[in-house]
Amino acid sequence: MRILLTTGITIGVILSILIGCQQEVDIKTAQYAVNGQKVYRTHCQNCHGEKGEGLGNLYPPLTDTTFLQTHRQELACIIKHGTSGELEVAGKKFNNTMPASNLSAIDIAYVLTYINTKINKGKNLYPLEEVEKNLKNCK
Amino acid sequence: MRSITKFYCATGLLLGLFSCKNNSQTSLPIYGEREAVEKTVDGKQIVDTVYHTIPPFKLLNQDSTMISDKDFEGKVYIANFFFTHCPSICPTMNRNLLKIYQQYKDNEEVRFLSHSIDFKYDQPYVLKDYANKLGVTNNHWQFVSGTKAEIYGLANQYLVYTAEDKNAPGGYDHQGYLVLIDKDKRIRGAYDGTNDEQVKKLINDLPLLLSGAKK
Repeated sequence: MRILLTTGITIGVILSILIGCQQEVDIKTAQYAVNGQKVYRTHCQNCHGEKGEGLGNLYPPLTDTTFLQTHRQELACIIKHGTSGELEVAGKKFNNTMPASNLSAIDIAYVLTYINTKINKGKNLYPLEEVEKNLKNCK
Repeated sequence: MRSITKFYCATGLLLGLFSCKNNSQTSLPIYGEREAVEKTVDGKQIVDTVYHTIPPFKLLNQDSTMISDKDFEGKVYIANFFFTHCPSICPTMNRNLLKIYQQYKDNEEVRFLSHSIDFKYDQPYVLKDYANKLGVTNNHWQFVSGTKAEIYGLANQYLVYTAEDKNAPGGYDHQGYLVLIDKDKRIRGAYDGTNDEQVKKLINDLPLLLSGAKK
């Protein structure tokens, strides 16, 4: 009986630690995404749309995950300083000016996490350290 | 005897309720100032109501062609005020208007009229580029520009607030109303183009002004 109880408790403790750790990452991602939603609504949604669908050939969609992957290191700079000139997104050419947002590094990490996990189906948080590193190398 | 009176009262009440309900569903209010004028019709003095109407206008469109109120004669149209590099409400407003345009672009009774309030930058070629990129494919949606006095004066007539303001995003302050105009150039509705609920109401209200609608 005692053995059974001890084994039960041990398994329980191990499980709760595992789940606990697992949740810590998820909670942080969720927290980033929630904060990112506020940033998105204020700074991005007007042009890029509620679901990141963009608008015609005026504003590109944010749902082209290949573009987001290949330009990952430039995303923070584009958000902070804006961009202009030709861009090819989702098979369409865009040539418009995106204004600078001057968002802080943490807000950029929030909004990129939101775009990755809510607008697209990614699971991972966009770390603040990566944003800070990328911002130092803006062209 | 008493039960008959009750019955009549109840019927009367019900009828009253229904007639009110019917009214609100099939006709839209008429906005703006109005005045009563006395007229002589067939030798009799009658009092008629004169409603606020959109005055005649002449403006340059995205093809550098002069268009005027004559192009909207006998049409129901939706008017709004925007500018092409507007960073705040315009993209959402025009995204919503585009949905209505896509539904009605081949309807001969319906037109769209967007006025640029950026009289310095939004030349016809800028508006043409914007219209193309937005996805406007025929001349049923016109993008016009004019002098500050012309456009801002017209905005007042549509009961939409517009102003040049250094502190506003993009340099201009304005309201994002989609204004519904009937075939007699009267204002029949103003809907916040950034509010989904109000845009839905516009989509429901628009058919009431078309010829197929029950009077």
